[in-house]
Amino acid sequence: MFNKDRWREIIEVLTSNVWRTIFTAFGVCWGIFILILLLAAGKGLENGIKQDFGDIATNTMFMWTRATTMGYEGLPQGRQFEFKINDVQALRDNVPSLRYISPRNQLGGFGGNNNVVRGLRTGAYNVYGDYPEIINQDPMTVTSGRFLNYNDIKEKRKVAIIGNGVKNDLYDKDEEALGTYIKIQGVNFLVIGTYKKNNSGGGEEGQKEIFVPFTSFSQAFNRGEDVGWMAITANDGSSISVLKEKIVSIMKERHKVHPEDTRAVGYFDLYEQYNRVESLFGALKAVAYIVGIMVLLSGIIGVSNIMLIVVKERTKEIGIRRALGEQPWSIKKQILMESIFLTLISGMVGIIFGAAIIFGINSLLDSVGPVDMFMSPSVSIGVVTGALTILMVSGLLAGFIPAQSAIKVRPIEALRTE
Amino acid sequence: MIEIKDLHKSYKMGSNSLHVLKGINFKVEEGELVAIMGSSGSGKSTLLNILGMLDGADSGEYILDGVPIKNLSETKAAQYRNKFLGFIFQSFNLINYKSAAENVALPLYYQKVPRKERQEKALKYLERVGLKPWAEHLPSEMSGGQKQRVAIARAMAAEPKVLLADEPTGALDSKTSYEVMDLIQKINDDGNTILVVTHEEDIAHMCKRIVHLKDGVIVEDKKIEQVRAEQYV
Repeated sequence: MFNKDRWREIIEVLTSNVWRTIFTAFGVCWGIFILILLLAAGKGLENGIKQDFGDIATNTMFMWTRATTMGYEGLPQGRQFEFKINDVQALRDNVPSLRYISPRNQLGGFGGNNNVVRGLRTGAYNVYGDYPEIINQDPMTVTSGRFLNYNDIKEKRKVAIIGNGVKNDLYDKDEEALGTYIKIQGVNFLVIGTYKKNNSGGGEEGQKEIFVPFTSFSQAFNRGEDVGWMAITANDGSSISVLKEKIVSIMKERHKVHPEDTRAVGYFDLYEQYNRVESLFGALKAVAYIVGIMVLLSGIIGVSNIMLIVVKERTKEIGIRRALGEQPWSIKKQILMESIFLTLISGMVGIIFGAAIIFGINSLLDSVGPVDMFMSPSVSIGVVTGALTILMVSGLLAGFIPAQSAIKVRPIEALRTE
Repeated sequence: MIEIKDLHKSYKMGSNSLHVLKGINFKVEEGELVAIMGSSGSGKSTLLNILGMLDGADSGEYILDGVPIKNLSETKAAQYRNKFLGFIFQSFNLINYKSAAENVALPLYYQKVPRKERQEKALKYLERVGLKPWAEHLPSEMSGGQKQRVAIARAMAAEPKVLLADEPTGALDSKTSYEVMDLIQKINDDGNTILVVTHEEDIAHMCKRIVHLKDGVIVEDKKIEQVRAEQYV
């Protein structure tokens, strides 16, 4: 393989007709270029969409209650019920593979009235009563102060962590928020921290939230034992989509809901949604591969064609070599290596061009700022290795028929003196 | 050195077959210089191809240096050709993008001789045909006679048992032809066995024996008084 003479010969053959070699190489180069670009574009779209999911733990479901649609055990249809705080313990006991169960209560909401006052300023924000674990499910960066802890829960402290959006609304630019009080529906809460959400998922909305301890929330706003909704995350090994059946049926049992009542417990399976998006991108990637490989294929056929012509042109030479005693497999190897070498080199050029274009797009995106649903297109090193493998194999395939026809050359026919 | 018994060969041309060799018998001893003569279509090229293992016979025996040549695979044939035979062609058949020295070294390459030794040997044989100063030249930069001398050097490089020359002077003018024949005679003087296919009387008479072929059979096989080519050079 690393035979100096063989390589010299490959170079000699390929450079003997430079323009033909370049045009042939262009086919392969173009094919791999398209493949790389398609994959990078797919990845860019994927990055853009996935960014909308943000850092939210994706193995998560949200669950809430609705009016029952079936009567059960003497209870009427259309009954309203609420999850209770002891449901959380019941879930922990019965479904061991859950990582976090966060009961949540909420004030405000989209388009709600002003519910928070500080001095002369007011605003309408989502106010959540939460447990400290929520920061793992709905990740945020605490920019000053601290997040909730269990002492806050235990002692029902009236403390709040506010989003940067809230701070911008209610405070002056250089004002210190920590240690000040804000009035949430008439109840004063001490600000102990500010946060910033990294994902643009909730957009502006995500930065305009206020987190207070669950227990303080219940007491301050008269929720008693009620739980508005729950965010449930499963352990990494197990899928929430599988566990949700069990979770929902435990809830139905505890609240005397008819087992076949599918409306009473509402839920949103983030994991399923995420999977759906994931499989969409899987499909997109498959399409990119198919289209790319199809384009590449025409390049490969070009190489195969040229190799056939090369073999034809060198019929006499091959005849001489065989008369001088070259082994048939050695000739075959020579043709195959020429073909693989040509495809690999031109493919690499294609990859380099593709990478350059991607680099250009990335720096363009960087300079104009984020674009909707598109972010940092890229190809992984795995894709590049994959592309090189495809090239290697296709070079082999391209050379196969010409190599076969080369060893079919009968020395006598080749040496006929015309 | 060469022994042929009752050799038959026919080519299929569509539905009818053309019987080219109809039972050839002859022997060549070591150190002989044999001319095979015949008009075109007499079967001399076919015979040479079979002798050169470039083509197989339909029936009959061919023994080369005690080795029966029969039903060879392509790989084996390539090996034997490389080891036993040196070819000289009418149209020289040098590889035109390789220098003279590389062309001469080619059979050695197929014998897996190391590069350095290959080059040394190539130069040695080029010197013998008087072309050492031309070692780095491409065939396109040489005259017909020079090309043929390179081809002869190449044929000898692998030190084969037999040199097969197919119309070695066919593409050359008579002066160059004699120079080439002079070289062939000198190689023969060193004890090499050489078969020359030709249809030129004067060339044939520079050999030591003439075998006449006509319509696929040997019609005449005689030893002759060798005419030295030197005197014409």
